[in-house]
Amino acid sequence: MSLINLIRIALKALQRNKLRAFLTMLGIIIGVGSVIAMVAIGQGSKQSIHDSLSNMGTNMITVQPASNLNGGVRIAGTSFQTLTVKDIVALKANAQYITEISPAVSSKGQAINGALNWPTTMTGVSPEYLDIRKLSLKDGIAFTPTDVLTSAKVCLIGQTVIDNIFPNGENPIGKIIRFGHIPFQVIGVLSPKGFNSFGQDQDDILIAPYTTVQKRILATIYYSNIYASAANEGVTDDAVTEITSILRGSHRLTAAEDNDFTVRTQQELIATLSSTSGLLTVLLTVVAGISLVIGGIGIMNIMYVSVTERTKEIGLRMSIGARGKDILMQFLMEAVMISITGGIIGVVVGFLSTQVVTLTLGWPTIISESSVVLSFVVCAVTGIFFGYYPAQKASRLDPIEALRYE
Amino acid sequence: MSKKILEIKELKRDFIMGSETVHALRGISFDVEAGEFVTIMGSSGSGKTTLLNILGCLDKPSIGNYFLDGVDVKSLSRDELAQLRNHKIGFVFQAYNLLPRTTALENVELPLLYNKDVSAAERRERAIHALESVKLGDRHDHTPSQLSGGQQQRVAIARALVNEPVMILADEATGNLDSRTSYEIMALMQDLNQNQGKTIVFVTHEPDIASFSSRTIQLRDGRIQKDTKVEPKRSAKEVLENLPVTEDY
Repeated sequence: MSLINLIRIALKALQRNKLRAFLTMLGIIIGVGSVIAMVAIGQGSKQSIHDSLSNMGTNMITVQPASNLNGGVRIAGTSFQTLTVKDIVALKANAQYITEISPAVSSKGQAINGALNWPTTMTGVSPEYLDIRKLSLKDGIAFTPTDVLTSAKVCLIGQTVIDNIFPNGENPIGKIIRFGHIPFQVIGVLSPKGFNSFGQDQDDILIAPYTTVQKRILATIYYSNIYASAANEGVTDDAVTEITSILRGSHRLTAAEDNDFTVRTQQELIATLSSTSGLLTVLLTVVAGISLVIGGIGIMNIMYVSVTERTKEIGLRMSIGARGKDILMQFLMEAVMISITGGIIGVVVGFLSTQVVTLTLGWPTIISESSVVLSFVVCAVTGIFFGYYPAQKASRLDPIEALRYE
Repeated sequence: MSKKILEIKELKRDFIMGSETVHALRGISFDVEAGEFVTIMGSSGSGKTTLLNILGCLDKPSIGNYFLDGVDVKSLSRDELAQLRNHKIGFVFQAYNLLPRTTALENVELPLLYNKDVSAAERRERAIHALESVKLGDRHDHTPSQLSGGQQQRVAIARALVNEPVMILADEATGNLDSRTSYEIMALMQDLNQNQGKTIVFVTHEPDIASFSSRTIQLRDGRIQKDTKVEPKRSAKEVLENLPVTEDY
């Protein structure tokens, strides 16, 4: 029998019992709808967790000078001077997994505005540093590569420093302050970040071009750190490997020598991120599985009822020439149609309920294509799987018995 | 010499019920030629139903041969039997067996759905034609619940005709109908037999109904008791015309 005839027969049969077909579908509709909505909500919250974790710079990589055996005495890494402009050039030229890179030097000192002063740290960096650390400006502008080239005496100021040296709410933008004895013009105000997990005040900071700090304050050619950001969390490990090999090359280290630097990542944050998303995925998969199995059992149940109820019809169809295979396909087609139609309606319901959640509760949602495709495929498979046994039962009926069935 | 539609030779059918073997048919032989109108009669337990199932290719004989339109039924598989039923037999049942909530036209089309050589357009055309031949040309879109018993049986007859079978096999086709409607159905059967040359095998236990056929085969205890030509054949149409008109319905 042709597919068109099969579909026609199945449609007719379903039309004869619209309410029942709909109620059977309801299991699938709710299943698919909830899967799509749940995945959308899950993806949305995962994305927002992801975003907030990323704000801490999950893909940030820090390079520090390392302690090194030097005549038998290990010297603290920070006092060791190995990172230079050569390394930056090498990394910029060769690294594939890192998108941004900034050297950093820092100096402790007093920030002075007129009669007020405050002990703070001035960090000298390149403009990319703001991106790497996910820092943003509340007001004013960032310094530019030109400022770096000219060692301009400009700085960005953190909220804690403002509170202490501009206590009366004056706008610090454009003001000249001193750091030590060097005057700096404040060109931007950093958005407050609060304390980090170690209790350090991240707003107690001044940021200036690294050349300015190197030449005008510290008089050094070395960097105390290099900050870089990996293209994404996933390639962080690759980026570490890459940076290590580039820096070893640039430092001309032989195979026997240890690294004279260390490369660190935000392991803990990455681990948190992946465990969060992993848990969500597992939970949603379980929910999806359960609801679709329940929908499938609904189909199976109704198909069994339908086969019993329509025994006489099956007998008739067989007596006028339907083969077992035709009957099997007919009932299978009915089951698949119920599940696929339910799947389509479920997708629509899922979309709508996702919109409702977003609009009323304001939760972030992301409808993922894979959840739509997956639940749809699972539906069709559910229809075939749970429809097969009732259909097989129907196809194996003896036409004589079936015709006489009351 | 007309063509033999049915050839039955020493047909036996046994059923095994637990430890006992029931001999439903104990050796039956007869032929039916094209254009005959045969009734098979017998009381319950005579093997009538078993014979009908075998004639309808729903069952196979234990021993003996059955040729339907030259095809040896015994050698066929389940699927091949289904094909044979589809192409060569038109069933008419006592309980009509129409699909509920399905229009008359769709019910009539049903056998052709299982015949892949027939296109959708041809299917419709043949179904319309079959409904016209049972004088229900104006009832295409009626569902069984909107039709009287006699009309439903006529839809069933149209369904039996639509695949142009070599034989119409009726099982107590008037059993559920009052006598006037029964005569109407028999008049239709006689019309199909005489004017369209259809071969009809009609199973009944009512001698009154059997008297409209051209030949009666009487079964008893799994054997043929009597095989007689009915002469002269009664005309159901005339009986119908002479029937007193009552106001019962």
